[in-house]
Amino acid sequence: MTAKIKPTKGAPYARIMGVGGYRPTRVVPNEEILKHIDSSDEWIRSRSGIATRHWAGPEETVAVMSVEAAGKAIADAGISPEQIGAVVVSTVSHFKQTPAVATEIAHRIGAGRPAAFDISAGCAGFGYGLTLAKGMVTDGSAEYVLVIGVERLSDLTDLEDRATAFLFGDGAGAVIVGPAKEPSIGPTVWGSEGDKAETIKQTIAWDAYRTTPVPGGDGPEERTAPEAIRYPAITQEGQAVFRWAVFEMAKVAQQALDAAGVSPDDLDVFIPHQANMRIIDSMVKTLKLPENVTVARDVETTGNTSAASIPLAMERLLATGQAKSGDTALVIGFGAGLVYAATVVTLP
Amino acid sequence: MAATKEEIVAGLAEIVNEIAGIPTEDVQVEKSFTDDLDVDSLSMVEVVVAAEERFDVKIPDDDVKNLKTVGDATEYILKHQS
Repeated sequence: MTAKIKPTKGAPYARIMGVGGYRPTRVVPNEEILKHIDSSDEWIRSRSGIATRHWAGPEETVAVMSVEAAGKAIADAGISPEQIGAVVVSTVSHFKQTPAVATEIAHRIGAGRPAAFDISAGCAGFGYGLTLAKGMVTDGSAEYVLVIGVERLSDLTDLEDRATAFLFGDGAGAVIVGPAKEPSIGPTVWGSEGDKAETIKQTIAWDAYRTTPVPGGDGPEERTAPEAIRYPAITQEGQAVFRWAVFEMAKVAQQALDAAGVSPDDLDVFIPHQANMRIIDSMVKTLKLPENVTVARDVETTGNTSAASIPLAMERLLATGQAKSGDTALVIGFGAGLVYAATVVTLP
Repeated sequence: MAATKEEIVAGLAEIVNEIAGIPTEDVQVEKSFTDDLDVDSLSMVEVVVAAEERFDVKIPDDDVKNLKTVGDATEYILKHQS
């Protein structure tokens, strides 16, 4: 028989209640990048707008950075860790696929036994996590959700590739999503374009390094020695990515504004994924945003931190007073997949 | 109506002026976007997208790298405009 199942009951709406960030202590200027590539500080700045980035030390693991960022977000939200019902971590640079790093983070912050899992959505990861969190809060499967974007992209950077060596940074950004009386996170406009998967990717799959016997395959003695294989890194087709990011993503950003019923004139803050200053500048121009809209330009001193970039930029805008609690912000993430997610939020 | 060669060069000159700040009179068919006109690889994408809109033509990423000079772009647009 089909039994009657009790309906779930969640909060009417969800909001971002608090944000926190962690930037590794070591600041890496362009001069250090130039040790391995034939380039110049001027070239790097003109192509990317990046002057410095943070690279994590051995102790600043994905979990450690996440715990630091989460602690600040929890304090900012004014809740206690045990109230968190779910932990969602977006990352592409945690090198142990099992177990999910989310469970370790949940344990270390003292959250008890929340649902905890990792997601892989590249530079759109924060928006994907935020969308999941909103759903959990409004359907009642969690009252408070911790969403973290965290990366150690220095581990996936080819220091000898002059097109990308300067681009990536490390860090963690976290938010607490919880119940709200008013809509405070708009509809998400999100999607994927798998036909463009080759434009941003990790160069080599991890199993290329396998030296133990392969199921049904060759023994290690018949395989290329791992030291002969170049270590994997993230590569991208610069022009194709630039065109997609600026012109296609401007359309997605506009759709997110329309879906939320917010006009550009109502917007206070624009927080695009911090991929590259040139993308940000062109996007602002293409979107024709009013001049009074504050635009996040954290990439200059943080580099591209993929899933961490939006919450890190959000935290910095609020900490420096460039944005304030209650401001209306358009956030958009886009990257490897290709994937994207855009939404309008009220800042915590 | 399809644009003439002269109209395309003039249009490209306006686009390059808008994006890279180069005086329109400097934008001539023999000029290289990168070497002569200060249009780097990312600005080139902006030039291409603006040209696509203006001349109703599609210029795929794979073809962009072959457009070294203003003349190359002009010929491409002449051939492919609808």
